[in-house]
Amino acid sequence: MILVSLIGLLFIGGVAAWISERFDPRYPRVVALVAMLLAMVLVLALLNSVTVGNQPLASINASWMPRFGISFFLAADGLSGLLLLLTVFLGIVAIGSAWDEITERSGFFYFNLLWTLAGVLGVFVALDLFLFFFFWEVMLIPMYFIIAIWGHESKNYAAMKFFIFTQVTGMLMLVAIIVLAYFHYNQFGVFSFNYYDLLNLETKGSLEIWIMLGFFVAFTTKLPSVPFHSWLPDAHSQAPTAGSVILAGVLLKTGAYGLIRFAVPLFPEASMDFAPVAMTLAAVSILYCAKVAFAQTDIKRLIAYTSVSHMGFVTLGVYAWNELALQGAVITMLAHGLSAAALFMLAGGLQHRIHTRNMEDMGGFWAKVPRMSAVALFFSIAALGMPGLGNFIGEFLALLGAFQSNVPLTVLSALGLIFAAVYSLWVIQKVFHGEYAGKNFDNRDFTDLNRREMAYFGAMIIGLLWMGIYPQSFLDLSAGALNDLLSNSENLVAIMGEN
Amino acid sequence: MNLTFNDLFLLLPLIILTSSVVLVMISVGVRRNYIVAAGITGCGLLLAAIISVIMLPYTNQQVSPLLIIDQYSLFFTVVICFAAMFIAIFSFNYLADLDDQKEEYYLLLGIATIGSVVMVSTNHFAGVVLGLETLSMSLYGMIAYPVRSKESTNHSLEASIKYLVLSAAASALMLFGMALIYTQTGSLAFSSLTNIESVISDNYTIAALLLFSAGIFFKLSLAPFHIWTPDVYEGSPLPSATYLATVGKVAMFVVLLRFVEISHALSFESVVTVFSLIAIVSIMIGNLLALMQDNLKRILAYSSIAHMGYLLIAVIASFFANGTVSIEAVTFYLLAYITMTLGAFGVVSIVSTSRNELGGISDYQGLFWRAPWLAAVFTAMLLSLAGIPLTVGFIGKFYVFLAGVESNLWILLSVLIVGSGIGLYYYLRIVYRMLTPASKEEALVSPGMEDLSSQGVLAILFVLLIVLGVYPAPIMAIIETISVYI
Repeated sequence: MILVSLIGLLFIGGVAAWISERFDPRYPRVVALVAMLLAMVLVLALLNSVTVGNQPLASINASWMPRFGISFFLAADGLSGLLLLLTVFLGIVAIGSAWDEITERSGFFYFNLLWTLAGVLGVFVALDLFLFFFFWEVMLIPMYFIIAIWGHESKNYAAMKFFIFTQVTGMLMLVAIIVLAYFHYNQFGVFSFNYYDLLNLETKGSLEIWIMLGFFVAFTTKLPSVPFHSWLPDAHSQAPTAGSVILAGVLLKTGAYGLIRFAVPLFPEASMDFAPVAMTLAAVSILYCAKVAFAQTDIKRLIAYTSVSHMGFVTLGVYAWNELALQGAVITMLAHGLSAAALFMLAGGLQHRIHTRNMEDMGGFWAKVPRMSAVALFFSIAALGMPGLGNFIGEFLALLGAFQSNVPLTVLSALGLIFAAVYSLWVIQKVFHGEYAGKNFDNRDFTDLNRREMAYFGAMIIGLLWMGIYPQSFLDLSAGALNDLLSNSENLVAIMGEN
Repeated sequence: MNLTFNDLFLLLPLIILTSSVVLVMISVGVRRNYIVAAGITGCGLLLAAIISVIMLPYTNQQVSPLLIIDQYSLFFTVVICFAAMFIAIFSFNYLADLDDQKEEYYLLLGIATIGSVVMVSTNHFAGVVLGLETLSMSLYGMIAYPVRSKESTNHSLEASIKYLVLSAAASALMLFGMALIYTQTGSLAFSSLTNIESVISDNYTIAALLLFSAGIFFKLSLAPFHIWTPDVYEGSPLPSATYLATVGKVAMFVVLLRFVEISHALSFESVVTVFSLIAIVSIMIGNLLALMQDNLKRILAYSSIAHMGYLLIAVIASFFANGTVSIEAVTFYLLAYITMTLGAFGVVSIVSTSRNELGGISDYQGLFWRAPWLAAVFTAMLLSLAGIPLTVGFIGKFYVFLAGVESNLWILLSVLIVGSGIGLYYYLRIVYRMLTPASKEEALVSPGMEDLSSQGVLAILFVLLIVLGVYPAPIMAIIETISVYI
């Protein structure tokens, strides 16, 4: 029930925020914040609930469309729980970042924000594949609205591109899901979309690799990975700050989660055959996008490309498919969620203050806005993988795990860490050091971070430090779920080997 | 075969429809009153729908060789009667300011509905011709209705003549096909073709099947028989275009489904090839040409071409599969299609009148802020047409995918994916226009928006769209039961 109330809370909160605008345009943000804080309480309660053995933290299973064996099946294990925590935390941060920025049509904005988050939460806990797809698509439309209404100069193009990329690849996944359900029908005479039923289908025939690709393409588009990444820089640079925070912080993670939960476990054999290709794509993403990031002048596009680069480590870790690598992938997801969200908020904050994203016009900000500069330095260093912060643990573990399965590609990917250092420090040097370039832009509202902003940046700094210094508290939570996935796919491969 | 009293009872929906038409005619003859004419028509349609709902669980009987009254035909009788009633309500405000006699419009609408009901309840070629011609004849009149009006901006005469000429050509093709079949089997029942051994020559049969199908494809505006569609939609008054796009197409599609299922037309490989090609071409042409349109009616015309293509995939799938999933897919998709198309046209009708039709996309600039409720409904309808979850269109598309996967129609499915991807662009373009603030944000006013019945119908369609999209289990169960009867 706790999962239903969690998702329902955000759906209802969204509607309430929309309605509250009628009374005062300042109410929606308060309503949204209250809904998110309540959601946070629920998630914390969920994570603290005691379970026996491999039982999920919470689950609910109700009949939905019996004709096709589709059920309303939600369950959260440690892995889902961590991602729920990330989603709700970044949801609160996103509301904070939109607090002053969104003044027009605020009711509809917070409605969309909460509905996107509700969709994301649903994705993280749905264990019926139809339901999963349902949530997967539900989060798109409100996100489209957020970019298309509150975005910047070429928002129409960016929103359309985002929507078409994710929708079309989503349809490939839908076909793949249906084929799976149909296999179940062929074997047992009934349709089923239940994750556990489909997980244990033994033979998937010659189509297996194609179905696996259907999932893979949908997830790597969302992740994103080369060659499906081109929507991301546009979407990020055009989205309002809160939109970027949600996109980078949680929407991308749904792709990574999909790979871990569905793409590999459902097709262990095909995935292992495919792993070299996937890991090559990951290495290409890491290196190529780091290079492209270096060539950007638009600060949001730059951060967007670095996101693609960092998410490459996640793909690498997932397709190495051992415990170390998976743990690394999960920690990278969490840490990158925080650091990328923070960087986008800084970029958005800059744009809000000086109305430009062009780095050519920036310089010497440290003298003018010391607090903001220090925070930016912290998150840049976090993103480049400084030991002691979360990103380092994640990428290090992912590389360590990947090293066991593919040495050359791991070595190549490790170069990404050097590139990350280059572009991160270059940005810091360009924007915050040197001579103050105040004449290049409108600097009338150029003020330092206020208390509210310091508060949520502070919370994110604590989160990254925690992950970096004592990652065990996160590793413990996800270990059970990841081990289940690993042992299950080992069994499947063994059974198929015998046949 | 003599009609018994029991048979007459089974024909009750048709009898009610016919008597309401006669009543309208008499009332117009006695004293012209717009409200009375509309009221009688609306009540007749509602009554016929209710009677059909009551009859639905118990009925499965051939009444005369021409008509079969089974659960499937009654299901679509209900759908068609409700759709026609909704169109009657939308047309009330639209026609209110027409500078000509308005009452006969409801006469035509009633007669067209009789034709459509006959079409969904026939398994005989002669029944098809009777129903189809009744429908088409009334549609010519409905399309040309404002022809004497000086204020109307529609090119209704041009549209009507275009439809008349091409439609007559299509009917001729169909009749020729029927004649060829008759020479083979000596019977005009669909079932006469079931026993292929009795057929003298395969080539004749294939030619006959294709000729007959070509006539149907014309009415469904499947490419390459689609050329008339955008012009006729654009030139017709809105309620007539709505009728043509919804009831007309659904009735015709049920004929196609029954014909294909009973006659086993798809057992000929060349027929399957032709059907597949037509589906592919329709999906691509419909979606690609819709990209270049700025008129809502034209966009909806092209999008309906694409949707008929999607439906045809499920029809093709039905031949290769054992179960009834693909028939259920067609049935559900038709229900989804009629709901969302009615809704989309309904929004346009509500803001339009016969003197001032808001057809251009630019007329809807900033609608989200000028009339939020209307914009929300319109967005939901468009997203449903695009097949996005939470709406009935998504479940419809899910069904079609399921049917396609079951029959391994991979090429057709990939075309469906590509087509829907392109489709997203033009649906979202309209949505984006509604989101873009207009230069002056004044509230939109039109007589339709103050009319509670039109708004109520729109609300019903909106609720239906969401409920069927989120909790379709009950209707899925009904459709599973009735699909056995095909």
